[in-house]
Amino acid sequence: MAEEAKPQPVEDDESAPFWAACREGRLLLQRCGACGKAVFYPRSICPHCHADALGPETGSGRGTIHSWTVSRRPAGPGWADEVPYVVALVDLEEGPRLLGVVEVDDPDEVRTGLAVEADFRGDDGPTALRWRLRQP
Amino acid sequence: MGVVIAGVAEAPLVDGRLVGETVLSVQARCARAALDDAGIAFGEVDGLLTAGMWGVPGIGQMPGLALAEYLGLEPRFLDTTNTGGSSFEAHVGHAAMALEAGRCDVALITYGSTQRSLRSRSTGGNPPVLSAQYETVWGLLAPPGAYALAARRYMDTYGMTSAQLAEVAVAARAWAARNPAAMMREPITVDDVLASPMISDPLHQLDCCLVTDGGAAVVLCRDDRVPDLRSRPVRVAGWGERHTHIHIARMPDLTRSSAEHSGGDALAMAGLDVADVDVAQLYDSFTITVVLALEALGFCGRGEGGDFVGGGRIAPGGSLPLNTTGGGLSYCHPGMLGLLLLVEAVRQLRGECGDRQVAGAEVALVNGTGGVLSSNATCVLTNG
Repeated sequence: MAEEAKPQPVEDDESAPFWAACREGRLLLQRCGACGKAVFYPRSICPHCHADALGPETGSGRGTIHSWTVSRRPAGPGWADEVPYVVALVDLEEGPRLLGVVEVDDPDEVRTGLAVEADFRGDDGPTALRWRLRQP
Repeated sequence: MGVVIAGVAEAPLVDGRLVGETVLSVQARCARAALDDAGIAFGEVDGLLTAGMWGVPGIGQMPGLALAEYLGLEPRFLDTTNTGGSSFEAHVGHAAMALEAGRCDVALITYGSTQRSLRSRSTGGNPPVLSAQYETVWGLLAPPGAYALAARRYMDTYGMTSAQLAEVAVAARAWAARNPAAMMREPITVDDVLASPMISDPLHQLDCCLVTDGGAAVVLCRDDRVPDLRSRPVRVAGWGERHTHIHIARMPDLTRSSAEHSGGDALAMAGLDVADVDVAQLYDSFTITVVLALEALGFCGRGEGGDFVGGGRIAPGGSLPLNTTGGGLSYCHPGMLGLLLLVEAVRQLRGECGDRQVAGAEVALVNGTGGVLSSNATCVLTNG
């Protein structure tokens, strides 16, 4: 049986710049010109102050692990060859939190609070961006 | 003027499955049974509330219309609010408001699911569109992974252990042993929970709810009909709801459930305190769901949930009878459990629960939690 692909993000006008930036090796955020907060995921108005003043900003790609889990079962057939894999919530230095896969040799290395950095693969979709532990 | 729950019904399951039913037929049968329980004619229903239609694309996107047509009703109040497992506690509040405003006279809430029979339980198979494309592409198990992230953060923050968390599952099983309708009735220990396969660290298989079919119905009316009702009515004394996110990365605080607000509103409206609650039905999609709800509702302090659920406190004979059917962990979990929580609360207040009856129960608190800790809705139900 052919290996099944992971579900691909269905890009739209609002998300295309984020995924394009990933392919270029940048983590694209937004920042609000009114309240000054960084925003992820991309939106048309600021979810904090509701101003229409969001602009693109390339993030540092650095953050810390806010929480994590080890998927012992695949989230669909496309993930079967990666089990067990670590999925974490990452608190970016800029403020927003996002979900992602942390690439580690041993899931037991992962702890809340560890520093991580974005690891861009130049791919599309679910393998475009991974996270790896960052040495302090 | 007030509103009462006049009738309740649940569908019988065989090994967690409905036999010979569809999501529509089971809702119709439950509606019929709940109306018979109330002593109200089917044709009097003019308010209809439902959520779900698991596994039914197309007409499932307009479940209110599909269900009304199937039932042969033309409702003048229709509410298909879908906030996941909390939907039905929210529906109680919405129905009460419609009844009090005279927008309907008899409100029927139904739910049905054939997810176990159809093997259709999958929230991970949907294409990652719109805001989901930043979340569901990263391989998080849906939904256990999101609850696991909350459990891990809670453990890291407050030092709760997996063994403490397991007490929720052990207590649920002890209640299920007293419930002939429960799917899993064999007693378990903390060690059994810890020895069960890890699904998504730190949640083991026995920290996770069952996957079953199911169905239920609840009938509400204004209290001026009380003299005509067949079964003892239960008063809807308070309700509240609060919704914070759909993606786990957007949950404001992984350790704090929005039941703090839904429960606060419900108790304040009822003029009661958590100390007045005789029996609680708190949505238990996962063991951590219960710990977070207990704290948010004020049954214990922040960070005390792990200690609180131990020592048999929430088990039969404990000081807080909790999820007396065995809950989603051991009784059944048909995709959304919320309506069955209400059915059990009503039966406890009526004194109909046999071996699992909480003696003298006068106040019940029901809390539904939906999505990935996304949504909470709370109802306070009382006798008299």
